[in-house]
This record gives sequence, structure tokens and C-alpha cells, in this order.
Amino acid sequence: MRAERRRTPEGAAALTIRRPWRIGNAGDAVSRAVFAAMGLSLLALAALLLYELVFQSRLSISTFGWGFITGTRWDAAAREFGAAPAIYGTIVSSVIGLVLGVPVSIGAAIFLSEIAPPWLRNPFSFLVEMLAAVPSVVLGLWGIYVLAPWVGNPVETSLRDHVGFIPLFNGPAFGFGMLAAGLILSIMVLPIITAISRDVMLAVPTSQREAMAALGATKWEVISGAVLPYCRSGLVGAVILGLGRALGETMAVTMVIGKGYNISASLFQPASTAASTLASEFNEATYDLYISALVELALILMGITLLVNVLARLLVWRIARSPGLVRE
Amino acid sequence: MSTSTYQRRRATNALMLSLCSLFAFAAVGVLVLILGFVLAKGISSLNLDFFIHMPAPVGEPGGGVANSIAGSFFTVGLASLIGIPAGIGAGVFLSEYAGHRLGDVIRFTADVLTGVPSIVIGIFVYGLVVLKMGNFSALAAGIALAIIMLPIVARSSEEMLRLVPHSQREAALALGISRWRTILSVVIPVAQRGLVTGALLAVARAAGETAPLIFTALGNRFWSLSITGGPIDALPLRIWRYGIGPYDEWHQQAWAASFVLVFTVFVISLAARLLLRRR
Amino acid sequence: MTVHSQHQPEAPIMNYEMRIEHGHQAPVSEAEALAGGVVVRDLDAWYGPFQALRRINLLVAPKRITAVIGPSGCGKSTLIRCLNRMHEVVPGARGSGQVLLRGEDIYAPGVDPVVVRRRVGMVFQKPNPFPTMSVFDNVAAGLRLNGFLVRRSQIAETVEKSLRQAALWDEVKDKLSRPATELSGGQQQRLCIARALAVEPEVVLMDEPCSALDPVATLKIEDLMRELAKEYTIVIVTHNMQQAARVSDYTAVMMMAEDRAGEMIEFASTREVFTNPRDKRTEDYITGRFG
Repeated sequence: MRAERRRTPEGAAALTIRRPWRIGNAGDAVSRAVFAAMGLSLLALAALLLYELVFQSRLSISTFGWGFITGTRWDAAAREFGAAPAIYGTIVSSVIGLVLGVPVSIGAAIFLSEIAPPWLRNPFSFLVEMLAAVPSVVLGLWGIYVLAPWVGNPVETSLRDHVGFIPLFNGPAFGFGMLAAGLILSIMVLPIITAISRDVMLAVPTSQREAMAALGATKWEVISGAVLPYCRSGLVGAVILGLGRALGETMAVTMVIGKGYNISASLFQPASTAASTLASEFNEATYDLYISALVELALILMGITLLVNVLARLLVWRIARSPGLVRE
Repeated sequence: MSTSTYQRRRATNALMLSLCSLFAFAAVGVLVLILGFVLAKGISSLNLDFFIHMPAPVGEPGGGVANSIAGSFFTVGLASLIGIPAGIGAGVFLSEYAGHRLGDVIRFTADVLTGVPSIVIGIFVYGLVVLKMGNFSALAAGIALAIIMLPIVARSSEEMLRLVPHSQREAALALGISRWRTILSVVIPVAQRGLVTGALLAVARAAGETAPLIFTALGNRFWSLSITGGPIDALPLRIWRYGIGPYDEWHQQAWAASFVLVFTVFVISLAARLLLRRR
Repeated sequence: MTVHSQHQPEAPIMNYEMRIEHGHQAPVSEAEALAGGVVVRDLDAWYGPFQALRRINLLVAPKRITAVIGPSGCGKSTLIRCLNRMHEVVPGARGSGQVLLRGEDIYAPGVDPVVVRRRVGMVFQKPNPFPTMSVFDNVAAGLRLNGFLVRRSQIAETVEKSLRQAALWDEVKDKLSRPATELSGGQQQRLCIARALAVEPEVVLMDEPCSALDPVATLKIEDLMRELAKEYTIVIVTHNMQQAARVSDYTAVMMMAEDRAGEMIEFASTREVFTNPRDKRTEDYITGRFG
């Protein structure tokens, strides 16, 4: 470093320290470039991902066109691939997962935020979050040997006995099928929906609860009248994020959904999701069109999850950026 | 106020609060149920042989999952080597350099990337790496897992780096220390505990992934530790293959392997959380 | 005579020789307070191990405004929150003693706080309308809860009546379906007052209702209070002594003891407290020597 005396217009001497250009600035420039590369790699990755999937599925796209989405047969021998049952299975199993999982998640979140004494809150939340750490394949294993048999009998048999006239609940009680898949998805979305819901509920100002309580409301009325309406956008965001998780879930679902490629009204039927089809078929894919069809299925799956996740993120971002009152 | 309305309100209150409490306990109950099963079924097959032996020939009893454990270490290790520095670097970029607009775009992309199903990532890497190389490999698996880890580490690193007070950066810069040296010697060390936490959580996530490995590592009943030479096994893969297989032996070992995997993942996650809590 | 902290609950009704002169209010008689107002007897309150109130005794006269003043931290808010059982909502908070609302102890075993809170309304320091509800729905919130009125027309009637009582009707009558958050601060506070009035409470508690408002809005609410006192019993906590002097009929003065517990050191008609206080600490506080 060199110190230089310089004369200012007023004549007073000013001391300027100038760094030799080579050492300091070069280091900064290089490191900036390196970090920028790492940051931009995320963008590149996303772009590459999209490109690669589209590229690898071009054979299938050109062969089947829109028929791929509407076709219902997946026949490797006949070289005929239609994704409709897989897409149907993905959506239906996720919906079941939400129908079963959302009430439990929100209820648990209400407990953690409004009912549990403060000392219980953290350990309990921790346990619920640990559910998310269980690897999908282990959950699937448990699903095969514990959940699916239980679903077959007594769950499906009782459903069939009591409400079997509804198409949803008739058919052979395999256990392995759409209902089991929905159930296991509900377990998987539980931690994420509960954690986010709990956080948005805790963020509701105390003054709101007090206002409702001072009118003579019971504790539940305070929750349902003041807390839940205040944070409903956040709750919706949590549910959508849970949906995003459910749509892409692979191993646990594959292991309990049985192996049926069809669109059926009955929840007891073995079925397939896009992810389960990919997982079970890929190692058997022997020729180009087969592989291309699977990649196209992956592309569709990514499209659906992308849409849902972007929606959820936008909602959650919107809330995070507008502190205080939530306007509807 | 009519008594019946009042009674109805009290009843509703009691009912709904009980229901919420029930649901919360049910959630924890499910966890206990699952872990209980894994423990109960798995612990009987756990012995030293399990850890140091290779899988027995198909249909024969005995054998272990030594190659799977080694494979898991290897692939996750490879993935961490690629994914963690890149992730922290991306986090540095987001927190120290990126402008508002660009930062938002990258952040959003990272958040969206974490939502991409891991099986899709596996297929992506299959096309990109496996097909080009001509064979399944640990490298492909490592790359796939790294892609999964990258956005997670990037976002958590950014959050941790942002927590470092500006005064620390300014103090260093005022002393004439260049920007890159400030980041490397001041900012990162101050945030290191948080960065390690983020990395650990990403590792725990990668260790439990199965789907991407199906398309990149494929699995192997034999010992293999070469980076590019051929298929490699991993614990989640073995659990899957044994779990859906036809032999009871295999099912037993799947439970035992599950126990080992869950235990490992939990220990890593717990360590990460404890680290964070000790601030 | 004034009511001291050593007041004996079993003492007979007192006869006072003072007459009502212009500007002077007779001190409160216990019979009056028992019949139509609030009687506080030996009230203690804790937050966990910390005692916030010690042996508070107070007579709140019906259809009058009673102000509670004192330096920050002396327990004024805690006191009025004990009057509608909001105090116990804070985790770890508890109280002992009696609070008689029209002669019935609201802390008696078996009394549901929910019922108490309907009878004793509260307006908070910072206006807290429900942001997801319209102006109309905010006022109607308490009505719908309690299952009072079911038909929309009945609810609409009560909403209008409450808004008129809160001197807000003219300003919002064509904005009833707008979100409550569109109103100004002063309007929001009057909305909260209307909301509290809609359930027809017997007592209205106000915890520093004007401290978050500008002077113009403050004066409007003070005028409102005097109107409301014709129908409701009002207890107001304020750190603004001029406000207490302007608005209230009776003033209770609280001070923090050495162990930081709040005590009531003086209670008399407002005129008395401000012109001829009996306790030196009151005089010091009023003249601004501390607090």
C-alpha cells in the first residue's frame, strides 16, 4: 500500500491511501466471479433441468402428442404409453392425503399454538418435525407390513360393510391401493403443514385474541373467530406446500399403492401415481421410446409440482412481506 | 343469553379443544408407532455380521449390508463435497453480493428447486450423466444428491450469513481488509455454526433419499467403491429392494437396515438442532 | 370521608354528612356500589411469583366514571383486567380476593369467565378491530358469538344503535361493509367501543383508550365517555392526569410499593383528589414531582 500526499484545491494536504490495483482488486474480482458462478448455478440448474427433461422426452412427445396425457394404457410390449391413470393417481392420492392430513395438521398446530402450555410447545413441535426426518423408504416399509394390512382389514372391510354402496368404498379389500397411499401421504404432509401453521398462528397478535375474549368468547371461539381468520392466507399457503410435497412423494407411495394401472372409482383398488410408475418401471425400460415416455411422465410430474409450489411460494412470500394486518 | 345456547357453546368448546389435543397426540403417536416398529423388528437382526458382511447369495440366510453402508457413505460424501461448498458459495453470493432483483430471482428459484420431486432429479441426472457415461456410477449418484442438497444449503447459508451483524463486516473493511478476505475470514467464521447446521440437515436429507439413486447408482450386491466404474449400493436402496423382495430373510434385514438408517438420520438432525440451539 | 385500604367488609352502610355541591360528588356508598356497580375487596394479583397488586379495595359507583391513575408499572392495567377476568388469561397469572359485580363475586368458584366478560366490556389501549371483518361484522362479532339475535334485521338494529352510542354512525353508515382497517385510528377506537357496547355490558372498562390517538380524536372520545356514563358504569385507566380531571367523577390513585406491588393509596371524588389530596404521595404525583 502506498500513501500519497495530494493537494486539494484549497491547498490543504490530504492523505490518500491507494491500494495497488493488482493484489486487492483482483482478489475481489475473482472471488466475486466465483461466488456469482455458484449463485447463478442455481438458475442454470433449473434451466438445464427443464431443458434436459424436454429434450429426453421429445421422442415420446412426437410419437404420442396430446394422446399421452389422455391415454389410459401403459403397455411396454405394445409400445403404447398413456399417462392418464398415473396423473389421476397422483392427484387423487394427494387429495386424499390432504383431506385426511389437513384437519389433523391444523388441529395439532392449534394445540401447539393455543392450547399447550409454553413448556410443552417446543419438545412437542420437535417431535412432530422429527416425523419429517423419517426417510420415505422406511415409511414405505412400515407401510407394507403395518399400514397396508391394517387398511385392508379392518379399515376397508368395515367401510365396505357399512358404506359399500358408495362406489368409493366397494371392491376387494386388498389393503394395498389408493386409500393406503392417501393415508401414508397424510402422514408425510403432517409435519410440514403443522410447522408452518403453528408459526403463522403464533404470529397472530395477542391483542386480537384479547379483543375476542373480552367480548365473552370461549377459548375455541377466540381461536375460530380471531386467530384462524387472521392467518388464513398463511394456512392456505401451508396446505399448498403440503400438497406440493405429496405430489412428488415417491418411495412410500410406491410401496403401498399396489400395482394397478387404471382409473377406478374405488379407493380400494391398486393404482399408480406418476412417481410410483417411474420408480417401478424405470429399471425395466429397455428401449428408447419406453425411456422417453418415462421421461415425459417425469416432465409432466415436474410441471404439476412446479405449478403448485410456485403458487404456494407466492402466497407465503406475499404474507412474509406484508407484516401486520392481512387484507383480503 | 339463553341457557341452551350457552350450554351448546361450552360443549363445542370442550369438544373442539379436545379434538385438537387428540390430533396433536395422534401425530406424535404415529411417530412413536413407526419408530417403535422399526426398533422392534430391526433390533433382532442387528449384530456385528450385519455391519461387516456382504449380502449372502440370493436365498441364503445370513450376510450383511456392509457394502450398502459403505456405498451410502461414499455417495453422500461425494454429494457433500460437491453440494456443500457450492451451496455455501451460493448463500454467500445471495447474502453479500447479489442485488435486490437478482437475489429475489435466485432465491425464488432455489425455493422452487427444493420442491422438485427427487425422482425427477434422478431422471435428470440419468439423462445427463449416466447415459453419457454409459454406466451407473457413484459419481452420478453423488451429482444427483448434490443437486438435491444445493438449494437447501444455499437458502440456509444465506439466512445464517445474514445474521452476522453488519458492524463486523464494516470493522474489517474499515481496517483495509479486502472484501473477499472479509467474507472468508470474518463473516463465514462468525456464521460457521449456522452453516454447519444447514449442511448437516442437508446431509441428513440426502442420506435418506432413495428415488434418485434408482436411476443413478442402481444398486449392487457386491462391494464397489469406484467413482465412475459401475453401480454402487446404498442403504436406502437396499432397504427398498429387500423390503419388496420375496424372502423373509430379506425383510428382516430391511428392518435392521431401516433402524440403522433412521438412527443415523436422527442423530445427524439432532446434532444439527442442538448446534443451533447452543447459540 | 374517603375509603381507605383498611375498609372493613363487614362494616355497616356509612352515612355521609357531605352534600352534593356543584362540582362535588358525594363519595361512593357501598350500598350503591353493591347494587349497581363494582365492589373490589382485598384484591391481590400475581404474575407467577411476582405480586402485582396488594389488598386493593375499591368502590365503583354505577353510571359514573371512575378513573384509576398512577405512575407506570403501578398495576393500573392489572387492576382493571382483574375486573373482567382477563388477568388470568396470561399464563401463570392468578388473583385472590373478591370482585362483586352487582353484589355477585365474579371470582366465586363455578363462575364462568366467559359470562363475566360479556357483562364487563373492555376497550384496549391500541384499537384492535378484527382486520378480516367489515365495520358491520366487527360490531356484530359479540352478538353473533353469544347467540343473542339471530335475524339479520335484529343484528342490524343493534349494530346501528351501538354505532350511534359510540358517536360513529354518521361517519360509517355508508361504509358498513368496508374492512374495519380502512378507518382512521380514532374511528377504529370508537368502533371498538361500539363493539363492546353491542353486547350490552353492565360495566365498560377502558385501558388508556386514548393513548394511541391524536388530541382531536382524544377529545372526541372523552366527550363520548361522558355521554356513555349516562347509561353505563365506566372505569378508565389513564396516565394522563388532565384527562382524569376532565372526565371522571371519582379517581383512585395507585402507587408502587417498595417491592413493586401496586397499592391503592387514595380514592375520592375527582375534585377532592386533585384539589385536596390526603396522601402526600398523591400530591407529589399530581404536581409532577415524580412518576
